[in-house]
Amino acid sequence: MTSSKISITGSRTSAGAAAGRTTAGVPLLRHAAAVAWKDLRVELRSREIVYTTGFFAVLLVVVFSFAFTREPSAVAGVTPGMLWVAVAFAGTVGLGRAFDREREGDTMRALLLSPAPRLAVFFGKATAIAALVLAVAALVAPLLALLLQAPLFEEPLPLVVCLVLGSVGFALVGTVFAAMLLRVRSRDVLLPVVLYPILVPMFIAGTKATAALVAARPDVAAAWYWIQFLGVYDALFFGISLWTFESLVIE
Amino acid sequence: MNRILVPIMALLAAVGLAVSAWGIFVVTPMEQTLYYSQKIFYWHVPNATMLFVAVFVCGIASLVYLKKRDARWDDIALASGELAVVFGAIVLATGSIWARAAWGHWWVWETRLVTSLLLWLIMVGVVLVRRFAGTGAERLAAGLAVFGMVDVPLIYVGVKQGDLHPQAKVVQTLDTGMRLTFWLSMATFLFLFVALLLTRIQTARAERQLRELHERGLDAGLLES
Repeated sequence: MTSSKISITGSRTSAGAAAGRTTAGVPLLRHAAAVAWKDLRVELRSREIVYTTGFFAVLLVVVFSFAFTREPSAVAGVTPGMLWVAVAFAGTVGLGRAFDREREGDTMRALLLSPAPRLAVFFGKATAIAALVLAVAALVAPLLALLLQAPLFEEPLPLVVCLVLGSVGFALVGTVFAAMLLRVRSRDVLLPVVLYPILVPMFIAGTKATAALVAARPDVAAAWYWIQFLGVYDALFFGISLWTFESLVIE
Repeated sequence: MNRILVPIMALLAAVGLAVSAWGIFVVTPMEQTLYYSQKIFYWHVPNATMLFVAVFVCGIASLVYLKKRDARWDDIALASGELAVVFGAIVLATGSIWARAAWGHWWVWETRLVTSLLLWLIMVGVVLVRRFAGTGAERLAAGLAVFGMVDVPLIYVGVKQGDLHPQAKVVQTLDTGMRLTFWLSMATFLFLFVALLLTRIQTARAERQLRELHERGLDAGLLES
């Protein structure tokens, strides 16, 4: 197999990783893809996280519908909030579960000990989480449109871009914190405690963009402004995650 | 050095608090539209400044700690993190009182209020994590502090763009008595901050050294667990 040959060239030290990035950026991506594909394949076989978090997200939407609905339709303007809160809650549950899986098999240590650079492990995990969150969003958004007659799909392109960027941001920050919490007591409570304050700008931008899109007169320009904001958020935390991930994960 | 510096700072802060209280209620003229409620401004703004100073000290110390793994930086992060919570609580309390008097509500969703609240929540998170996370808590708290520091400008911009509430327009051109009192309060709270920071760093270091000694004693079999 080619992967074994490539993995020998990888080095876990930061100097090695830096050198590896300049001379061979491709192996890093290939390692990351391997890690992501491993996670997704485990998930595709059991479908545990997708089914449970997906069902949880559906339940959230139904609960929200009861909580925020006055006959005959939802209170005006709550749909964007419902969408993003459902995505965030379900995403957190899925995130915790994805890392629990590594902990149960004690495979996180194996991943970190493997010759793949830690950044590749980070990228791989984050990619898998982003795909999971996006799947939840893809479930919740049509359901909201269906149950609450929300005009979510009047402007499909900005909505999709917005959800993708939101999921990526969630996955980046979430992966860093979930990986840090792996060996920590009471991590189930602490994950949302540490994650949500950091995610606040993402919620603000996400809900504002969605609100601009579902308004009676959609304001696409405003939506794109907030989508750009999401892009900046993602880029910023991408950089800071890259910079700190290695020193944050507990070996 | 701390042995001299801390008492000096504490003394300066104590004198400053007394003098600034005198300045606030005796020297400064009454503000024309806000009357007495404006006086809280002299203590509110310095506390807000100290909140941001504490957060950035904590963020930078955490970053250095993560990069260098030197526990001394962690002591600084711990001390400034806790101080950020304390000063943040004062800021939110005084701000609420002021908002009630000036705007008629205890709380409005205004840029600076929301930014301070979220910043305070992040710092409470840092302190909580450090308390309850057990092994590896320092690093987790450090990570949260770094991410929190990066988050601040984003929150500010994010909230500001949607902000329809009129900005709090305080007296733009202060008269001499007001300006002196204001800067005196500013210096006072800076002294207080430095005194508290140094003291807390000292106790944090002592706690850590005691813990390390205890562990060494256990390893050597001199102590019973």
